Amino acid sequence: MTEHADDPSILLEVRNLKKHFPIKRGWFSRTVGYVKAVDGVSFFVREGETLGLVGESGCGKTTTGRLVLRAMPPTDGEIWFRDREQGRVNIPTVDRAALKRLRRNMQMIFQDPYSSLNPRMTLLDIVGEPLLVHGVAKGAELKDRVAELLRVVGLRTEYMNRYPHAFSGGQRQRIGIARALALNPQLIVCDEPVSALDVSIQAQILNLLQDLQQQFRLTYLFVAHDLSVVEHISDRVAVMYVGKIVESAPTPRLYTMPRHPYTEALLSAVPKPDPRRRTTPIVLEGEVADPAHPPSGCYFHPRCRYRIDRCVVETPELREIAPDHFVSCHRAEELELQGVLPLTRALAH
Amino acid sequence: MTDTRPLLLEVEDLKTYFYLDEGVVRAVDGVSFTIRRGQTVGVVGESGCGKSITARSIMQIVRPPGRIVSGSIRFHRAPPSNGNPGEVIEITKLDPMGKPMRMIRGGEISMVFQEPMTSLSPVHTVGDQIMEAIMLHQSVSKEEARRLAIHMFSKVGMQQPARTVDRYPHQLSGGMRQRAMIAMALSCTPSLLIADEPTTALDVTTEAQILQLMRDLQRELGMAIMFITHNLGVVAQMTEVVMVMYMGRIVETATVDDLFYAPKHPYTRLLLKAIPKLGSKAMGTATRLESIKGTVPHPYAIPRGCPFHPRCGDMIPGVCDAVEPPVVNVSDTQTVRCHLYQSAPSRDVIPLTPQSAAKVEH
Repeated sequence: MTEHADDPSILLEVRNLKKHFPIKRGWFSRTVGYVKAVDGVSFFVREGETLGLVGESGCGKTTTGRLVLRAMPPTDGEIWFRDREQGRVNIPTVDRAALKRLRRNMQMIFQDPYSSLNPRMTLLDIVGEPLLVHGVAKGAELKDRVAELLRVVGLRTEYMNRYPHAFSGGQRQRIGIARALALNPQLIVCDEPVSALDVSIQAQILNLLQDLQQQFRLTYLFVAHDLSVVEHISDRVAVMYVGKIVESAPTPRLYTMPRHPYTEALLSAVPKPDPRRRTTPIVLEGEVADPAHPPSGCYFHPRCRYRIDRCVVETPELREIAPDHFVSCHRAEELELQGVLPLTRALAH
Repeated sequence: MTDTRPLLLEVEDLKTYFYLDEGVVRAVDGVSFTIRRGQTVGVVGESGCGKSITARSIMQIVRPPGRIVSGSIRFHRAPPSNGNPGEVIEITKLDPMGKPMRMIRGGEISMVFQEPMTSLSPVHTVGDQIMEAIMLHQSVSKEEARRLAIHMFSKVGMQQPARTVDRYPHQLSGGMRQRAMIAMALSCTPSLLIADEPTTALDVTTEAQILQLMRDLQRELGMAIMFITHNLGVVAQMTEVVMVMYMGRIVETATVDDLFYAPKHPYTRLLLKAIPKLGSKAMGTATRLESIKGTVPHPYAIPRGCPFHPRCGDMIPGVCDAVEPPVVNVSDTQTVRCHLYQSAPSRDVIPLTPQSAAKVEH
């Protein structure tokens, strides 16, 4: 990866991030191995943009998001964040006081709107809590601020004294967004924010996230498994496989000109909403590698239809093959991979 | 283009209600459709629209306080080879626990569920579970059942089928469990397979494998599939005919091509506009998604007239909020339940813009 320390447009830069969870066995909880959930991940996010992080379950995308917010300490690696007040800091190394100040500027939106809200707290408590904790507002001022936040996310201010159970999934997700917005953060990590929602509600929330981004100049790290949703919302996309980023590029480029065989397979696997274009997807052999016992060389090689001997022995590095287009594949330049075909105009509605 | 394949299932004015303390939930409220032999029918709709309860009604596995209130479900057995007409069974008349229904369920009509872990017993091996199904419906010995089970496992693409049959569900991955479910559902060569969100819990590459498997097996075994899903991509790739459900009713029925290229019902049109489509950014058409305003109304308080009118952009005041829309045949293969398409409209209400709707008002 190139050096981004001097580039003021980079809000977040992650370098060689690792999280290995110990596997403990036996009476004395001896560590017998490690699940390499995140295994050397590097990426950056520019201010005001959305970076989509996609991959299948267990690829480490959620863990990456949580590491960025220091919900848990990483095993290794650096997370550089350009904080509004404190300047450029390495998140894993900051002390408690600095971390608390940092947290005002980094927030999270969760997948499950049913379990991420405390059922015993009213909307006022939920959305107002970060304001109280950080001593930003209290009393009447707090109420005003919460009312404003509810309006911003499209909820009626009269709902302030109600409890989460009175709301639908889409409304709950709006509550979670209002809470995340309360402290006027710079970065929001969105972890599958729409995957539990119905199609019509999903569109409402995606539109809301886009409006808020414009209004408050937010930066999103958008973690999701749905490639269509990620394409829609992201400026750039990074694809993860077994704890590593295998490819990242500006969205249109990644979708039309993938350079990694895994990206190609993922894109081909999505059922296309066009009955006149019935496609036979690339069916990958076998299953996703076990992150406790990853294969040798390139982790994708046992399932890759383009593998050569080199892939079995040598781990490919993530390298920039075109501006902003990073791939970790030995054969990135020579392979002619198939991307997504442009949508039929009649269906673009 | 009329379909000449023989009828397999006729559902007529089916109503399945749930009687709760808070009130009656009309989960399925007058649903009619047919499925022909070997046909793939898609059922789409958002959560709570009644698509799963329709399927459960066909299987007679609706749990109390829900029950089938009225309507008929006629299942046409294959005609015997002696030339006599095939038997027609009225499923709603059968005792859900009785032997005739148990022979149909899992034998002639079987079902695959979204979450394989909840439909497989965790304390029996997958092999024992599929053998149980085989021995229940076919008079074969245990050894023969095991042989058939292994045969089915290899058919659904299980690696090392002879070893996998002795595994417990928790030892298998999500995709393998779903393959085991499909193997079990197809072990008695049903004439109708009901697949209720069979790939929703799976990763996209596993989903592609399972969908491919279902296509291959259908080509080989010729069963009809009723495919319930909320994923319009899966609908486009897998089905021939699609029914769109909203609040317990079918609002539109169309061939899959018409559904995507000539959708009629405002709800169908909005649904299609609300999904992010793969490749739209590449084409430069990615803009804002169209969202359907509001939420699905509470099932205790179904709106008067057309249940969709509070969320509909083409709502005609005084008509849609007062009169229940009739089912209109727009073509031989497309029906829509909407006032906008009535053949003899009382007022000129054909165009589909809010302005024209407003004009009608005056």
